[in-house]
Amino acid sequence: MGAVDVLSRNCVVVDGPVDGPVVVLSHGFGCDQNLWRLVAPALAERFRVVLFDHVGAGRSDLSAWREDRYSSLEGYAEDVLEILRELDPGPVVFVGHSVSAMIGVLAAVAEPERFAGLVLLTPSPRYVDDEGYRGGFSAEDVDELLESLESNYLGWSAAMGPVIMGTPDRPELEEELTNSFCRTDPKIARVFARATFLSDNRADLPKVAVPTLVVECSQDAIAPREVGAYVHAQIPGSELVTLDATGHCPQLSSPEATTEAITAFVAGAR
Amino acid sequence: MCATGQDPDGGADDARDDSAAAFSALLEDSAEDLYEHAPCGYLSTLLDGRIAKINTTMLGWLGYTREQVVGRLRFADLLTVGGKIYHETHFAPLLRMQGELGGVALELRTADRRRLPVMVTSVVKTGADGQPLLIRTTVFDARDRRSYERELLRAREEAERERDRAQRLATTLQRSLLPPTLPPVPGVEVDSYYHIASPEQVGGDFYDLFPLSGERWGLFLGDVCGKGAGAAAVTSLARYTLRAAAVYDSDPVAVLDNLNTVLNHEYHLDDPRFCTVIFGLLTQTDDGCTVQLASGGHPPALLLRADGTVEQQHTTGGQLVGVLPDPRFVTATVRLTPGDTLLLYTDGLTEARVDAARNRYDDEALLDFATALAPTSASVAITAVRSLLTSFGDGLDDDTAVLALSVPADPGRARR
Repeated sequence: MGAVDVLSRNCVVVDGPVDGPVVVLSHGFGCDQNLWRLVAPALAERFRVVLFDHVGAGRSDLSAWREDRYSSLEGYAEDVLEILRELDPGPVVFVGHSVSAMIGVLAAVAEPERFAGLVLLTPSPRYVDDEGYRGGFSAEDVDELLESLESNYLGWSAAMGPVIMGTPDRPELEEELTNSFCRTDPKIARVFARATFLSDNRADLPKVAVPTLVVECSQDAIAPREVGAYVHAQIPGSELVTLDATGHCPQLSSPEATTEAITAFVAGAR
Repeated sequence: MCATGQDPDGGADDARDDSAAAFSALLEDSAEDLYEHAPCGYLSTLLDGRIAKINTTMLGWLGYTREQVVGRLRFADLLTVGGKIYHETHFAPLLRMQGELGGVALELRTADRRRLPVMVTSVVKTGADGQPLLIRTTVFDARDRRSYERELLRAREEAERERDRAQRLATTLQRSLLPPTLPPVPGVEVDSYYHIASPEQVGGDFYDLFPLSGERWGLFLGDVCGKGAGAAAVTSLARYTLRAAAVYDSDPVAVLDNLNTVLNHEYHLDDPRFCTVIFGLLTQTDDGCTVQLASGGHPPALLLRADGTVEQQHTTGGQLVGVLPDPRFVTATVRLTPGDTLLLYTDGLTEARVDAARNRYDDEALLDFATALAPTSASVAITAVRSLLTSFGDGLDDDTAVLALSVPADPGRARR
């Protein structure tokens, strides 16, 4: 694939000072690069910010989606490396939210020289409980999730592309929202959900050899505190920051604190 | 007779009084009661999801007391695991970004562990300064809708299975109508190709090559009008009739007459079935072979000579097989010597659309194509035609059968 192909495939958008440290923001399961909307402008004041959509999400090239490549996190990690090879910006700080945290871990383990650091935002190396490990979900829970994706097909597909009812108080969002925000093909969402919630990347954590910041929320229904502590303990020399925030998306619920944590880490990683 | 009939004057007044009383009762229906017992669930949550207020209807659905919920649970806690993950990864971020979100399918987990499918709409209430204060959510019972969705999904899966089955059946049937391999003819190279236009429908093209007696072989290629099961039945009938007739009397015109009689006999006016066929009787000679051809309405065969010239065999003008009681068929005799190739084809080839204006490929273009190809051999010609068919892409909308015979320029190289 050529430069244009990879960059348009993943709808790569670059913003901020050309000579600034490069920060790549990678969205998780669910929406697309719009999820960084409340933190990207502040980060772009100091850093060269790279945003992209995973293949299958947002405005990525859906024709590039193949079940075999995207049924495991390795396929997504390979995409991240392809983007970095094309941009060739030197070592970057990769900020991965949710499942993208492990995508970043896989990419940084494969080609550490491309990473100045990793910020793992509400990460989880394994969602399902295991002997001596609490991921927050039982095997039955995840079965139920996957089953609900199968059986509630129309519900999910309708919800994946919800009726956009207009945002009178935030008209700047409107055009973009009506285009693509969080719109996902139900089949792609099923495969991504499977890749995400059946993943187990615990063994990859000790292999991370770049400076790493783990950011967790004080209340997170998807990645509980134990998981944040586990990731912190398993990645040698990592830092852990706990935001006083609720939910799985601190970049939306606590954008200032999230920006601050990323900024402090990028400054320190240089 | 109605009871009010006893007092025709007072009846209207009574009715007015009744409706006034009914309206008054409605007006006295408190907003609180309307909220608590509305036919939908209401809840208000803080921005972190903690439930601040919930109505009686919703508590009844869930099987919780108010004390168990208010200030203790978050909205996501009321959902199934699938719903909770969906809420955290889609619903909450979207609501945060848009301020409103509607018509989202979720499932509640009731106190007794049942699942209750619901449709949820949420609005963020903002204060005078525009800052978000709380989230108001309306919840509708969606059990009927969910069963309907399941039924739709089941019907779609069923339809997909049926389509697969029909495709497999059509492919199998199609294969059964064509010879699996062509028998080797000493001193002659033979090759064939069949293009299937639609995996769902059996096409009506057919061909065959088979030994008769001694040094003689029968061959034919044809096209039954129509597609699908009806055409497949005619194809099957045509194929075995032609083979049987050739054994009985191998004169090509007699063979076609025989097929015509059978088709007339089997298919009457209410369901006429006809086809175009070119039949050949191949006789081996010392330096190649001769082929006596008879054609009933079929496109002309092409003879690609060893010297690079191409001759259209003048077998045009014959009438369709199966229409008239006594049709006229035309004949031609072709002599193939080393380096010559005879090409038979159906009109899927010449009627393919070749451009945006949907122009046909046509006989002339095929003649040019053959001229560029000659001299050639059966296998090379078939490969070239296959590439040509592929190049038509979507423009090729009909089945196409191609059969080629050649006498190798070097007789030792005869194949098949």
